[in-house]
Order: sequence, then structure tokens, then C-alpha cells
Amino acid sequence: MKELLAIVMAAILVNNYVLSQFLGICPFLGVSKKLDQAAGMSVAVIFVMLLATAVTFPIQFFVLDPNGLGYLQTIVFILVIAALVQLVEIILKKYIPALHASLGVYLPLITTNCAVLGVCISNIDNYLVTDFGPGFVQAMFNSLGSGLGFLLAMVLFSGVRSRVDKCKCPECFKGMPITLISAAIVSVSFMGFAGLVENLLG
Amino acid sequence: MDPIVIAVIVVGVIGLLCAVMLTIASKFMAVEVDERIPMVRECLPGANCGACGFAGCDGYAAALVEDPDLAVNLCVPGGATAAGNIGKVLGREAGDVAKQVAEVRCSGTCEATSVKMDYMGLESCAAAKLLFGGTGKCVYGCIGLGDCAQVCPVGAIHINGGLARVDTSACIGCGLCAKTCPNTVIAIRPADAHMVVDCNSRQKGAGTTKSCTAGCIGCRLCEKNCHTGAITVTDNLASIDYAKCDGCGKCLEVCKRGCLSALNITKAEVVNG
Repeated sequence: MKELLAIVMAAILVNNYVLSQFLGICPFLGVSKKLDQAAGMSVAVIFVMLLATAVTFPIQFFVLDPNGLGYLQTIVFILVIAALVQLVEIILKKYIPALHASLGVYLPLITTNCAVLGVCISNIDNYLVTDFGPGFVQAMFNSLGSGLGFLLAMVLFSGVRSRVDKCKCPECFKGMPITLISAAIVSVSFMGFAGLVENLLG
Repeated sequence: MDPIVIAVIVVGVIGLLCAVMLTIASKFMAVEVDERIPMVRECLPGANCGACGFAGCDGYAAALVEDPDLAVNLCVPGGATAAGNIGKVLGREAGDVAKQVAEVRCSGTCEATSVKMDYMGLESCAAAKLLFGGTGKCVYGCIGLGDCAQVCPVGAIHINGGLARVDTSACIGCGLCAKTCPNTVIAIRPADAHMVVDCNSRQKGAGTTKSCTAGCIGCRLCEKNCHTGAITVTDNLASIDYAKCDGCGKCLEVCKRGCLSALNITKAEVVNG
């Protein structure tokens, strides 16, 4: 239990996908203008990350590795994740229209997002052991933590951004430059979490 | 077996499985949509700008088909062409829809009111509003830095005498200005309204008198003299129900402050001002 908690905390704060590993920067900069959009996008990301791990982890374990096809990882994962998200969209549209209406715009955007693929691949690298069960559970918790970390980064940054937009900044920094600078500063602040999990839960 | 053959087979099978799964899903779980929705969607430009007030062009198309009373001319980028095409698809006359225009509910020109500070900041109403509620003495009125003029897609708004003015012939009633205005001074009204209140001040009468010579003080003279009950005074501010107003002009005669304006009135006995 403690180990799983450590995995989730590490994924949220220490190895934050956006702010520490610089994956998923496109939605981070693109959809962080408004808080509600940022939150909607993040919920979709959490959902897709969990789903993608649940599918790609067994594929790697049962299909690719036994046949020595580890090098096909990227291409197979993208294919599977994209198809899966499409399927989920169809199902949501049919059975849960309300959820589809709120997630619908963001789902197609993240089918092949680098953060989603990054989570799947790092799960394989870190948690794939000879025994399937425990590794799979750890991978799922890591995906959950990574998704929550994405949510945290998006929500924090949409707040930062709304304040930056109201500020008077030099003309040459207006728009994307000041956004990138603020992103860098927020990212630096996350360096403060390094070592947190080892000392707190280790 | 050759490793490359295994690789091709594995990826091919995975791809095939995905394809079959998606095909079956899209067949069995297809949601029946009104066939007019895609047709209406075709008429819209697909910019997903949200000026119509719906979440993108798909949202507007769906709402149009569901709600027979919804105006077909809400699409700003599509303009008259889109409205006409949608009208054809839905069998509705685009011209039947009442034209809406923006109305600046403020008469606080440089002569009527003045500023309380020497504002040197960003040329934006939203920024000025953050500083003690705006530059003007009246915190409800037009700030006059032109956020609305900037956002107007057809250039129908100009700042004149410290006050935003709408060119009603050019205005398409998209409402982007009303959404942008930090004081919500701008409202959307039917283009054929007879009478409008040119004030947005909810201060008590004494406060309004101090800050502006043209503001509504909520004296209720217009409300008492309106025979159709179209005028109501709430929060020290008169407002007009355009559906009830018949343009008799009585309110205009009794208003001491001159914050009412007559528009589209043909009756000869009405004296403007």
C-alpha cells in the first residue's frame, strides 16, 4: 500500500509529466487559457492514460515480448491507443451523452499525445517484470498519478496564465514568450519536490 | 519463420482487430442523428469561434435543428450567406428573424461625466476596470478604451467622446462586445426597439447625480407614466421590456435626466429630448 502511494505521489510531484519530464507540452500550452477547459482536458487525459496502460501493458507482456518484437512498441502502442480512444468515444456518445459532451472535444486531441504514450512506455520500462500481476497494478497506479500530475500542472498553470494575461508586460514578451517564461518558472518550482517521496515514504 | 514476417503478421492482426472492433462499434452503437444536422453543419464555416453562443459549429447546428425558434443568423463569420443557406435547409426565412443590434447603455460622454484619475496604463477597459473599478467617476458606465471596438468582427463600434458608439446599420448583433465589456454596459436589443435607456448606473440617485449629468437616478417617473407597463425600475435603474413598449414616448416627456432615447418612432407628437 505504502509503495503504491509512493508511486502515485512520485508521479504527481517529483516526476510530473509536464513540469519535470516535459511531455505533453502541447495541451499544456494550448488548452491552459481557461480553468474549465484545462480541467476538462486533464480529466480526459487521466481517463485515456489509465485506459492506454490497461491495454498496452498486457500487449507488451503477452504479445510483443514473447515474439521478440519489443522494437515495434511505439507503432503498436499508437495504433492501439488511437483505436481504443475512438471506441470509447463511440461508446460514450451512445450511452453517456453528458460525459461525451464534456470530454468529447478533448478525447480526439489526446489519442496520440506524447504524455499518454510516454506513460505507457515508462510503465513498460519501470514495472514490467517476469510476473504480470504486481507490475500491472503498479503501472496502473503510476498512470493514475501521472494523470493527476497533469491535472495539477494544468490547473496551476491556467491560474498563472490568467494573471499573466492581465499584467502589463513588455510588448516583445506578449503572448507566447511570456507564457513560456512563466511555464519555465513553474517548472523550476517543481524541482523543489525532488527527494520528497524518498524521505517521506521511503 | 522469418522475424519480419512475424512482425508484419502481429501488427497486421492487431490493426485488423482494431479496425473490425471499430467498424462493429460504429455500426451497432451509431447514434441516430437528425439528417438535417449535418446539412446545417455544412452551411456553417467550421471556425468553431463560439460567437453564436454555442460550443462550436456542431453545437449550433444541433441547436438549430432542435429549437425551431432559434435565430439562423447567429453565425458571425458565416454572415448572411450562412444564414441564407441554413434558412433554405430548415425551410425558414432568414429574413423573418428579427435583427438584433448592440446598445451602449451609457450617455457618459466627456461633457456629461469626468474621470477620477489620470490613467496611464494599458489601453484596455478590462485592465482599467481592475484599478479602482475603472477610470470614470461612474463605475457602471462606459470606460471608453475600446475593448468592444477591438472585438467587433465588423468594425461597427467606434469610440467617440469617451463613449463607445454602435453603428446600427453595420452591427450584426453577434454579442461579442456585450460579452467583452467589463462593465456589461453593452446589451443586445431588437433593432426595432422604440425606446432605450442610455444608462447602466445602479447607484442611488444622489450618487449618480454626482458622477454624471446624464445618468438614470431611478425616480420612477417613467415607470408611473408608462401605460403599457413596459418600464420597470429595479436597482435604481429603469429598464424597458421591448416587447411591451409601443413607442408612445410618454416616458421621454417626463424624464428629467435625458437618459432615455427614442428610436424608430414615427408618431409626430413625440418631441425628441
